[in-house]
Amino acid sequence: MADYSWPEADRRALIGSRPARLDGPVKSTGFAKYPSDQNPSGLLAAKILTCPHAHARIVGIDTSAAEAMPGVRVVHVIQGEGSEIQWAGDEIAAVAAVTEEVARDAVRAIRVDYEVLPHFVTEEDRDGAPDARAAGERAEGDPDAAFATAHRTVERTLGMPQMAHMCLEPHGQVCSWDGDELEVHASTQAVSTLAGQFATELGVPASQVRIRTEYMGGGFGSKFSPDRWGIVGAELARKAGAPVKLFLERDQEVTVAGSRPSAFARIRAAADEQGRLVAWDSDSWGSGGLPGTGQTPLPYVFSRLPNRRTRHTSVPTNLAGSRAWRAPNHPQACFLTMAVLDDLADELGLDPIDFLERNLDLTGRADTYREQFAIAAEMASWKERWQPRGRTREGAVHRGLGVSVHTWGGRGHSSNCDVTVHPDGAVEARIGSQDIGTGTRTIVAQVLAETFGLELNQVRVSLGDNVYPQSGPSGGSSTVGGVTASTRRAAQDALREVLVHVAPRLEAEPEQLVAGGGRVFVDGDSSRGMSWREAAAQIGGAPISVQGRNPGPGRLISSGVGGVQIAEVEVDIETGVVHVERVIAVQDCGLIINRRLAESQVYGGLIMGVGYALYEEWIPDPVSGRLLNADMEFYKLAGLVDVGSLEVHMMTGPGYDERGVIGLGEPPVISPGAAISNAVANAIGVRVPYLPLTPDRVLDALAGRGGPA
Amino acid sequence: MTDDAKRSGLSRRSFLRGGAAGALSGGLAAGLLTGEAAGAAAATDAEAPDTVGPGPVEIELEVNGATRRLAVEPRVTLLDGLRDRLDVTGPKRVCDRGTCGACTVLEDGRPIYACSRLMIESAGRSITTVEGLGSPDAMHDVQQAFVENDAQQCGYCTPGFVVATAALLARHPAPSEQEIEAGLGGNLCRCGTYKGIRAVVEGAGGGGVSGG
Amino acid sequence: MRPFGYAAPATVDQAVGLLEAEGSEALAGGTDLLSLLKDDVERVDRLVALRGVPGLSGIELDGGMLRVGAMTTLQELRDDDGAIAALPALAVAIDGVASPQLRAMGTVGGDLLQRPRCWYYRRGFGLLALAADGRSMVADGDNRYHAIFPEGEARFVNPSSLAPLLVALGAEAVVHGPAGERRLPVEALYRAPQAAGERENTLAPGELLVGVEANVEGSRSAVYEVRQRRALDWPLMAAAVSLTGSGPRTERARIVLGHAAPVPHVATAAADVLSGQELTPETVAAAANAAVEGARPMSGNRYKVQLARTAVRRALGRAAGMEI
Ligand SMILES: Cc1cc2nc3c(=O)[nH]c(=O)nc-3n(C[C@H](O)[C@H](O)[C@H](O)COP(=O)(O)OP(=O)(O)OC[C@H]3O[C@@H](n4cnc5c(N)ncnc54)[C@H](O)[C@@H]3O)c2cc1C
Ligand code: SF4
Ligand code: FES
Ligand code: FES
Repeated sequence: MADYSWPEADRRALIGSRPARLDGPVKSTGFAKYPSDQNPSGLLAAKILTCPHAHARIVGIDTSAAEAMPGVRVVHVIQGEGSEIQWAGDEIAAVAAVTEEVARDAVRAIRVDYEVLPHFVTEEDRDGAPDARAAGERAEGDPDAAFATAHRTVERTLGMPQMAHMCLEPHGQVCSWDGDELEVHASTQAVSTLAGQFATELGVPASQVRIRTEYMGGGFGSKFSPDRWGIVGAELARKAGAPVKLFLERDQEVTVAGSRPSAFARIRAAADEQGRLVAWDSDSWGSGGLPGTGQTPLPYVFSRLPNRRTRHTSVPTNLAGSRAWRAPNHPQACFLTMAVLDDLADELGLDPIDFLERNLDLTGRADTYREQFAIAAEMASWKERWQPRGRTREGAVHRGLGVSVHTWGGRGHSSNCDVTVHPDGAVEARIGSQDIGTGTRTIVAQVLAETFGLELNQVRVSLGDNVYPQSGPSGGSSTVGGVTASTRRAAQDALREVLVHVAPRLEAEPEQLVAGGGRVFVDGDSSRGMSWREAAAQIGGAPISVQGRNPGPGRLISSGVGGVQIAEVEVDIETGVVHVERVIAVQDCGLIINRRLAESQVYGGLIMGVGYALYEEWIPDPVSGRLLNADMEFYKLAGLVDVGSLEVHMMTGPGYDERGVIGLGEPPVISPGAAISNAVANAIGVRVPYLPLTPDRVLDALAGRGGPA
Repeated sequence: MTDDAKRSGLSRRSFLRGGAAGALSGGLAAGLLTGEAAGAAAATDAEAPDTVGPGPVEIELEVNGATRRLAVEPRVTLLDGLRDRLDVTGPKRVCDRGTCGACTVLEDGRPIYACSRLMIESAGRSITTVEGLGSPDAMHDVQQAFVENDAQQCGYCTPGFVVATAALLARHPAPSEQEIEAGLGGNLCRCGTYKGIRAVVEGAGGGGVSGG
Repeated sequence: MRPFGYAAPATVDQAVGLLEAEGSEALAGGTDLLSLLKDDVERVDRLVALRGVPGLSGIELDGGMLRVGAMTTLQELRDDDGAIAALPALAVAIDGVASPQLRAMGTVGGDLLQRPRCWYYRRGFGLLALAADGRSMVADGDNRYHAIFPEGEARFVNPSSLAPLLVALGAEAVVHGPAGERRLPVEALYRAPQAAGERENTLAPGELLVGVEANVEGSRSAVYEVRQRRALDWPLMAAAVSLTGSGPRTERARIVLGHAAPVPHVATAAADVLSGQELTPETVAAAANAAVEGARPMSGNRYKVQLARTAVRRALGRAAGMEI
């Protein structure tokens, strides 16, 4: 069987280098046309009417006024009389009209009578929840006995609220029918799987549904399905006989189109005199809206902790269901665990890094973490600068350092890629993947160009269209492994076919030939060779086309990474305002295809991490059940000047590259909440039990200790 | 003092008398093409100008150097007018409430949120969107620097950031931290591209990038 | 936004005439008004565009008197070296609107007359946000950003960054209306509405703010705002102070809190503490404590009492040029 592998380090021209992303110029000039930018002729604009109540029954709906408005083409009732609505923002009806303004007028003209029912939206109050349900209990060893004999025990109640994905391009699509063929320009992370979902709902064969996503404005785990507005958009377009653009308004986007579940827990953890973890007891709960939540994986990373008991309660609320949010479950589990361990280290009088190191055998990758602690500590000058809690202050401003550890899988998903070599030397890849901003287009091109020994601008990559071979949804850091493996296999196979044609001309065996520097030549004797163009001409009149797949043979990818992060903060103890000064990330990542893009992923993760550590939360109103901050004003994202200095160390190169490609989208976003919370505790001497670390919470925590508030 | 302010010449005794003789500032009246609006421009103190709308009103404005004429209802924002009517889709609609900066364009050289300006208010003025700064084959220095510093991921915030950055660097070619704070505080990115954008702005002092 | 008409008056008198009609509203920079219209919180039949009205924008420093036209943008004011030199605290207040786009669009008049950001009001529950049973949604709900000095059922906060400083300076607002010009202290522009449907400002139909005037000589003033983010964000609390007096003693102090009450909150008791006193850490702390006397925080905004004390202390420190 053919051998599939990455070139040796000294033979890589492009892999591991830092080429700029290929679509940079179209994006930075505004020439890139996103799904929301599509304006086909005859386009209608669609808007959705949503329910203002968190729980209600529809007792009547009257669309006649809307239908009678000039410019209104279709009014479509999504949930009619008798429907029970379970969250504010749920879709009731939709309108397609000649302009956005008219569509909004028509939505306002629809009369709906509701019988308002009681709601529950504040899940931190587990005891007040009408239908909290036990969702798993596990025990190992004898926690009670271990706590009884432990040297030090801490008990904390901690939590983090639901937060939004807040993709800048809202969810939505432009649907156009041509007979019974549907074309959808969708803002999606799942180009290859969307067609089937549209088809089932619309009653047309999947082969007649075309999905196109050349660019898209962010997903973060929230854009894997057509969603109700997708199906409704297609229905409106079908009824109207015209293309229909339907993108959510920002308040709708924040309310229904993606949130991360909350996680709360009362946790006890204990250690012996040597600073070894001996017992764990956690009683966790949380909500992902109406569906509640599954168990948060506790204790995180230190999962082999002996004598542990975990209980979880799922708390359904009258809020829209959560979606996968970058590294599902991990940021929550990481914060809950690392905060408690950090408090325990303080209780033991230990430097937290020292404490975590003493317990690395309870993790799955002790060696990686040990190495990462060393690198991160060095970057932060931890040994010289770390002080026990509450010791570093200048007037009202206290400084602190905090650390956290995380892990992720990141194995490449299923992917197919067609590589074609044309007799004129043109090389192209077609792949039903999507570039959600991670640089997929660029890394596929790098793999292709590397394999054929060409420059990046000599190859062409087509993606973002489901006419290309199926490639998995971009989720779980699985894309980079999936697409590079399928592309590499196809490219290596195609090259081998070319070499078979070229070999006789060079009086060599195909196995002796290599491609590099725009030429094909005998390995070790570059004088016996020819230009790539000439080589390609040897294949005859027809192009060579090969499909590569993942999974497949050869060691191209793997999974399982660790990471360590250190945060440094300043806390003004008279205002409770926290500013992140610096975040250091040491990330284990296998073979990196594009250093620049990989670093961008990590920086991006850290920045999102600063956001949820300090600012981001859904704020549901206990009175009305509506989100009070379904906007970008009080739902606060971190700004450019809020994120401090960010430093990344990538563990790549000899010793790491051998593992092959591993995804990097999720890991860096896991630790910031924990590391920043720990840094704040280190600064002010007391744990702020909840994220985000807003001034009110910081001052409350200080006041609990007899602080200034 | 700005030119506009100088021209209006506030009097000592009153806020009003000094400026009353001045011509209509800005280009609003010039850009309104309806008969009623022309009347408004000519109106004296005594007679009130006509009200236009709520139906479409003919206006004229300059977009990326080209004169564009169109009929818009007064309620149409500059952003929606550009995106929906003129197919100028570089500026993005993200918050639609003046908080995120994705819709940033230059109006007579000043950065504004196009979502929070009525298009009719920009009549007679000159609008520059990200597309007007450069094209993929002939990028503006700031756009080039965004590419080189990978100051974009999904790229949806990028057009607004590019315009805001160009405006910042035009005012302050080598901005201080405070000027960066003041100049880029009105734009947000979700993917987390601030490291790259900062590199663009901080690199600007080195001479590579210039604004405007 | 619902449909509306649009008129572009060429003079202030025309504008006043247009604004007299019911359903007409002045359009300045539009940064607030457009959002209110989009959210269907406010409705208008006609917008009266002030952008083309000559004489409404401009900055004049005449002796110690600073006059600023209502249509002057925040950026124009910030860029006026004379005004900033005469009143450095202005730079702090304006820079707090940390968005060049908003500063380029937003006007001095619009900043002073912008509507409250209360999230109940902005979601259509009204300025007083009373539920059907008459209970306060704010009191029962999430009030983390609300008033610590509520007035009756008015629990929102005045959002303007310029207002506390202008009130501290004793500035005057110049208003034109059907009956001609009237002048009033800036603080008199504001009131706490008592009943549903009432506004939080005192302008009558047809009245237009044409400018503000402040004596900036002979006093030291300062602003301190507590913000969570450095990027565009609302202050959680703000304090503006103005001190007069020669030598070490303060003759007269004015201390005004922003984001504390439905109107710029004049902390008279705090000012009294300082009158005739030297600024020392002790007197400043006493003033800060006096500033929050009588505060009535709600379930979620107790922390703002602490922020108010800090803001007052730091604003006084800035005005006195000392670290406190
Ligand atoms: C996210 C965000 C953060 C912000 N942070 C701050 C902040 O920290 N501090 C701050 O001060 N502001 C802040 N702003 C508000 C911004 O400064 C205001 O939107 C702006 O100043 C309003 O000015 P404008 O000219 O656009 O007003 P418009 O939107 O045009 O008008 C606002 C209101 O005032 C009325 N009005 C305007 N001018 C006159 C006049 N001359 N006579 C009579 N009535 C008039 C209008 O009819 C309308 O009701 C923020 C805004 C946003 C979106
Ligand atoms: S894999 Fe992670 S980063 Fe990628 S889309 Fe999903 S949740 Fe987002
Ligand atoms: S879309 Fe205009 S500022 Fe967000
Ligand atoms: S690059 Fe995606 S939002 Fe900024």
